Amino acid sequence: MQESTANQVAANATSSFTEHLQRDRPELLPFSRSPQGGASAAAPLQVPHATTIVALSYDGGVLMAGDRRATMGNVIASRHIEKVFPADRFSVLGIAGTAGIAIDLTRLFQVELEHYEKIEGTLLSLEGKANRLGAMIRGNLPLALQGLAVVPLFAGFDTSAGVGRLFSYDVTGGRYEEHEHHTVGSGSVFARGALKKLWRPNLTAAEALAVAVESLYDAADDDSATGGPDTVRQLWPVVYTVDSSGARRVPEPELAAAARNVIEARTIAGREA
Amino acid sequence: MTQQFYVSPEQLMKDRADFARKGIARGRSVVVISCAEGIALVAENPSPSLHKIGEIYDKIAFAAVGKYNEFESLRQAGVRYADVRGYSYDREDVTARGLASVYAQSLGAVFTAEQKPFEVELAVAEVGPTQEEDHLYRLTFDGSIADEHSFVVMGGQADKVSSAIEGGWRSSLSFSEAVRLAMSGLAPAAEADDQAKALPARALEVAVLDRMSERSRGSRRAFRRLNDADITALLA
Repeated sequence: MQESTANQVAANATSSFTEHLQRDRPELLPFSRSPQGGASAAAPLQVPHATTIVALSYDGGVLMAGDRRATMGNVIASRHIEKVFPADRFSVLGIAGTAGIAIDLTRLFQVELEHYEKIEGTLLSLEGKANRLGAMIRGNLPLALQGLAVVPLFAGFDTSAGVGRLFSYDVTGGRYEEHEHHTVGSGSVFARGALKKLWRPNLTAAEALAVAVESLYDAADDDSATGGPDTVRQLWPVVYTVDSSGARRVPEPELAAAARNVIEARTIAGREA
Repeated sequence: MTQQFYVSPEQLMKDRADFARKGIARGRSVVVISCAEGIALVAENPSPSLHKIGEIYDKIAFAAVGKYNEFESLRQAGVRYADVRGYSYDREDVTARGLASVYAQSLGAVFTAEQKPFEVELAVAEVGPTQEEDHLYRLTFDGSIADEHSFVVMGGQADKVSSAIEGGWRSSLSFSEAVRLAMSGLAPAAEADDQAKALPARALEVAVLDRMSERSRGSRRAFRRLNDADITALLA
């Protein structure tokens, strides 16, 4: 009798917010509701999709940038969407795929990390955070099979090793550590091509920002679902840097300057590509 | 089947309350002070890892005295309550009043229904944009809830500590003054004037809720735990 009480207490002692929701409030999870009936046979659901995210390492940290466009088929669903978020003090994540689910997953992930920190009194290790995110993406697999996939990119500063690290995922929750740089989303092939030419070891934070903005520009150039810098509406990519002092959102004026530099340089060159 | 003696409900409740009070009186005290810069939470606690003070949510902190396992389970339940609420509604819909009322209900239920009451006393503090909007709630083992202003003292020598703090409290206190005031209250009364006998930083657990955390630290989370070096620096 006593042993079973102890077992019960141990089984209930979770530091994970997701596990708590699964047990007590499953209806609140973004991936709990499986739509009734197979929609897969019909035309794929028309929902907003978030597009290109780039991430790269620089000397002393990592940087992540995302464009501002969400598309729904051939229509631009949003010009203002933000797809890069701070996950906690030392990590950020960017999302590509079904925007609605991805934004909810991000919120869940943010609460998950903060919840752990408050219950345990210490931050989760970077590997631990990356694994939790993988488990959440795997939880979304049933919806991914129906065409509502979410693919994140995760970057953080490993405070114990003192380096910035990057993780990519597939729809089954598979987690892969990336080196130097990585991209996800519809424009990712073009952005990666640009990154391969522009990235070099030991970039400074300012150079890394320029590289990220330029690779997003290249992605927007060739991928209709990726938005380029919008000088009319003053919309620039969302960029976060993470270093030993924590995550920081790059302010608008710096982004405007970086975007204008790219546009100016290309205008002067006046070449096709 | 053994014959049970009749015990009047008054006697039963009184016995339970006496039992809980005895348990709480054995513990060391905790002080929560609302001041100009925010809310300071100070506990006499020699352990660096078994906390009596914790973060619940953006603007809400928790402090407790009594049995560790009991208030720790209440703290975790509070964090879960707040996080679920903030996740399903919005972050600003999590309030100290809601949390305190959940705590009051659970403490009340345990007091009447369980084998033994919780031997704990809790404080729930919420820092507001101005001092008038600060909320301090004190919850006792039987589920009673009290809305306090300016400060809360709980634990063993609560009366003695409370009178010491009442004398020195002003609304314009800074964090360092508030922590110093709490320390003078927590140190044994006879030695309070004697600086050498004052509590060392490692015997204290101190945390603050910054009123201006967005501006000063760029964080909506107002709670900040001070380590020994921070405490020494604050009091220097």
